[in-house]
Amino acid sequence: MKKEGEVRIPSGCAVCGIFARDGRSINGEVIARSIALMRNRSNGLGGGFAGYGIYPQYKDYYAVHIFYDSLKSREECERFLDSHFDIINLSKIPVRQIESITDAPLIWRYFVSPLVHKIQDSQLDENEYTARCMIRINNQIDGAYVFSCGKNMGVFKAVGYPEDVARFYRLEDYSGYAWTAHGRYPTNTPGWWGGAHPFALLDLSVVHNGEISSYDANRRAVEMYGYSCNLLTDTEVITYILDYLTRKEGLTLEECANVIAAPFWSTIALKDRDEADRLSYLRKMYSSFLITGPFSILVGFTGGMMALNDRLKLRSLVVGEKGSTTYFSSEEAAIRAVEPELDRVWAPAGGQPVIVTLDEGVCV
Amino acid sequence: MNNFSRFRINLRKEDCISCRSCVKQCSFNAISWNEETKSLVFNHAGCTDCQRCVSFCPRGALFITRNENTFAPHSLYTEKVLRELFIQSETGGVLLSSMGSPAEKVPVYFDHLLLNASQVTNPSIDPLREPMETRTFLGRRPAHAQRGTDGKLVNNLLPHLDLQTPILFSAMSYGAVSLNVQKALARAAEKLGTYFNCGEGGLHESLYRYSANTIVQVASGRFGVHETYLNSASAIEIKIGQGAKPGIGGHLTGAKIIGDVSATRMVPEGVDAISPAPHHDIYSIEDLRQLVSSLKEATGYRKPVIVKVAAVHNIAPIASGIARSGADIIAIDGFRGGTGAAPMRIRDNVGLPIELAVAVVDQRLRDERIRNQVSIIASGGIRCSTDVVKALALGADAVSIGTAALCALGCHLCASCSSGKCAWGLATQNPELVKRLDPDQGADNLVRLVSAWTREIKEIMGGMGINSIEALKGNRLALRAVGLNEKELEILGVRYGGE
Amino acid sequence: MLKLDALMMDENELKKEADTAEDVSIINCLGQRYLGCARKKGHMLLSGTPGNGLASYLDGARIDVDGNVQDAVADTMNSGLVTIHGSAGDALCYAMRGGRVFVSGNAGYRAGVHMKAYKDKQSLLIIGGTAGSFLGEYLAGGTIIVLGLNKGDDSPLTGFFCGNGMYAGTIYIRSRVKPVNLSDTLSWSVMSEMEKQEELVPLLSDYVKIFSLSLDAVLAGTFARIRADSSKISKQLYAAV
Repeated sequence: MKKEGEVRIPSGCAVCGIFARDGRSINGEVIARSIALMRNRSNGLGGGFAGYGIYPQYKDYYAVHIFYDSLKSREECERFLDSHFDIINLSKIPVRQIESITDAPLIWRYFVSPLVHKIQDSQLDENEYTARCMIRINNQIDGAYVFSCGKNMGVFKAVGYPEDVARFYRLEDYSGYAWTAHGRYPTNTPGWWGGAHPFALLDLSVVHNGEISSYDANRRAVEMYGYSCNLLTDTEVITYILDYLTRKEGLTLEECANVIAAPFWSTIALKDRDEADRLSYLRKMYSSFLITGPFSILVGFTGGMMALNDRLKLRSLVVGEKGSTTYFSSEEAAIRAVEPELDRVWAPAGGQPVIVTLDEGVCV
Repeated sequence: MNNFSRFRINLRKEDCISCRSCVKQCSFNAISWNEETKSLVFNHAGCTDCQRCVSFCPRGALFITRNENTFAPHSLYTEKVLRELFIQSETGGVLLSSMGSPAEKVPVYFDHLLLNASQVTNPSIDPLREPMETRTFLGRRPAHAQRGTDGKLVNNLLPHLDLQTPILFSAMSYGAVSLNVQKALARAAEKLGTYFNCGEGGLHESLYRYSANTIVQVASGRFGVHETYLNSASAIEIKIGQGAKPGIGGHLTGAKIIGDVSATRMVPEGVDAISPAPHHDIYSIEDLRQLVSSLKEATGYRKPVIVKVAAVHNIAPIASGIARSGADIIAIDGFRGGTGAAPMRIRDNVGLPIELAVAVVDQRLRDERIRNQVSIIASGGIRCSTDVVKALALGADAVSIGTAALCALGCHLCASCSSGKCAWGLATQNPELVKRLDPDQGADNLVRLVSAWTREIKEIMGGMGINSIEALKGNRLALRAVGLNEKELEILGVRYGGE
Repeated sequence: MLKLDALMMDENELKKEADTAEDVSIINCLGQRYLGCARKKGHMLLSGTPGNGLASYLDGARIDVDGNVQDAVADTMNSGLVTIHGSAGDALCYAMRGGRVFVSGNAGYRAGVHMKAYKDKQSLLIIGGTAGSFLGEYLAGGTIIVLGLNKGDDSPLTGFFCGNGMYAGTIYIRSRVKPVNLSDTLSWSVMSEMEKQEELVPLLSDYVKIFSLSLDAVLAGTFARIRADSSKISKQLYAAV
């Protein structure tokens, strides 16, 4: 049997997300209840969560979550971390033994800060330096896999149903202003925890539902810019595209949406001239990042969240609002499960991003 | 030796009504009428199997077969080999051939590649009912987006070609083909929203009105190249080489330099038009940059520049060099690319199949992180819509078709182009023969052909769940190979069927 | 009428229990799938947010929902009546052959794709609000009406690609604004008062009663009819080899 990354595994899925625009803390238990409702969109072969604002005491440090296959890989990885970062704190991530979650790897967490002289030598900025180090661990240290490395955020994922994964990671012990969740329905058994979602790079995390048909065109395009798609999953390639477009090309998230879910030429032709020019420019300039086939994604980042459907809206996506909280989900019922009385509920059109950010002045 | 004929002309006498249409149609003097015996006389040796007489026989009385006469069978010295030996010992000439190489031992990789389709995990798309985009842009992209002081994105894209379907017409020069052929191509390109390429023989004034759908060529002979010529096109192609004859120049005999051909090429009537093997102002890659730049200078930086090369062994670094020379588009012509006339040994033995060339060039440009900056046009043996799809999935942005387009105009691949006697009125300047092609009807045929291909391409894309052509480009997971070895898979960047 | 509370039992138990009675009312629905699937008789009253696949293959029963519904409602429905006092998700009434589906609010993407009609089975979908893109794609028969009561008849009521590839059946839109990108193989004609009376009154009379609307007020708006124009559908699509 081939491991994820040696073979491409298509997956269907459930996604949901919660975002508190006022920055108040939402307990991880809430998102777990929401995703649990969509159990029949998953098949127990992958579940996970991303929480933002969950490490306020270490918010200036990169929180690095790592799976290890063995003590040996841990030792090797820690040597690498030690020589590139100041490790402020390290510990096992506390877990609860759950019958349905088996074959757990060693799961460790580190709060780190890049070594100043190393950054200077590398002539990179802090984020790029950290991203490269993490990618290097994943590519070069056998048996070590970094699955989360942002500041004041963390990914928790495993092979299992999402609600079981939440209990396993004691998600009720974490609170934050934003959460995303994912229940996976892969077509065959990956059996490897790294293949579960969310997929994250620095503070950017993506959960995704659907199977894109442009995968290899997108993969080969983004790999041109130094990324290496090791997992062969849609989520991984979407994350890298978004990282490239936002962090390296300086595009806004809305512009990113206009690239990856670009309107049809016939739709662009209906727009006023400035808008048509802008949309054509993005489509022509980044044509190889157009994503076709079904997807609905939730993108988490520091201070915000974006929901986006493919341009044909081949996957469902519902948005709900109650006071200063915004909910996203593959199914309305999963939102109602945690907030029965919504002020507003709607389904965004294909290719139209819904972007929420913290209210002005809110610090987390 | 040599009364050997490759074909035999056969007549079902009971069906013949002695209308003599075949006599009139045959431009190779293979059929004549004997007034005394009131019967047809066949000169089998003259027959090229162009099928003109067969097509025009109102009773279906004629048919052409291979000559049944057999040489002593020998696996090494086949009939073909023997024939070539006899011809050369008799004439002392370099063997000349027309059309793309039929070399049997060189694999047609397209035929070893199978396409994917969606089942369950994502939906296929019905192109007749749902939007399906084949619009294609060819040209250079800037390395990065740019913003103005107002924070808005600045349109820093360079001039590019805008095609409604990823299929162009390959370069075929006036001289090699008739003006009517070029007229048909130009009109079809206009209707289809694509481009025709006038080749290296200049652009006849009557075609200036198609400038929005014209690519003009600058080849080593520089025939008919002047400021108006350059500015009467949407793009300029520097022709370095051609798949059928890499490293070899061209030679249009003085016999064909008559009338408007002479005027358009700006070569005196009856004087041979020689295209030198290299451009004598390009002996190195930095010289190419100079030519690219001077052409851009001459056209006010308003037109993309294409550099066309034959697929040769080190095509990957060559393409990389071209990309860095400032060219906007690289046209790669593969081993099976067509020709009006090429030395046969060259045609059948030099170069690389287009599939391998596209695969290595696409990967090389990606490895060097410049793939996004140039476009690739693939040509040389694109026979049908699936060849187009496979070429795109391997990494091309578009393809161009020459032979297939000529077939839409009547060509039956008799491969006698260099004789100047083309019975279908395509590869000839003989006014009587040229008249045989009506440019409007020809254009209609071309439009129907390319429209049918485009529809098939949409159908195939829809099956894969892809609704825009850019998602197909370089999407090698859409391909699986059968009957290829590991090395071939590695070079093509394609997995084996079932993997 | 059997009364059930979806909060009090798991999904399978709920469906098993609901099948024991012809008339059943379920409160607090939350994502339970396939409620009323292939139901032939009786009356089902639902409140809350029932899950995907509601009323699929429905074969004669009546289902009333007080609330929004999710995706794939009335999939391949054969006969019966579904009323939704709220909005519907994507892929509503896919391949529905007969019966009626009334929605008071909006419908998502791909409503009424490949709806059809056969003999006495004449499918009818009425949407009180607006519809998303691909409304009535491949329509093969039956009727779709989009009222846009929350919009007014001077607004576009559908998304992109309305009626793409439809070859039979009718879409009525209560708007003077033609859907964007309407395919040139479709005809768009604004209806006369007489046509409205003749064609729409029989279709709308039950709908307005159920949702307590005034028929006159609904009919007062401009209606247009979309049908396939067979003369414009390309004939030479295929060529035998």
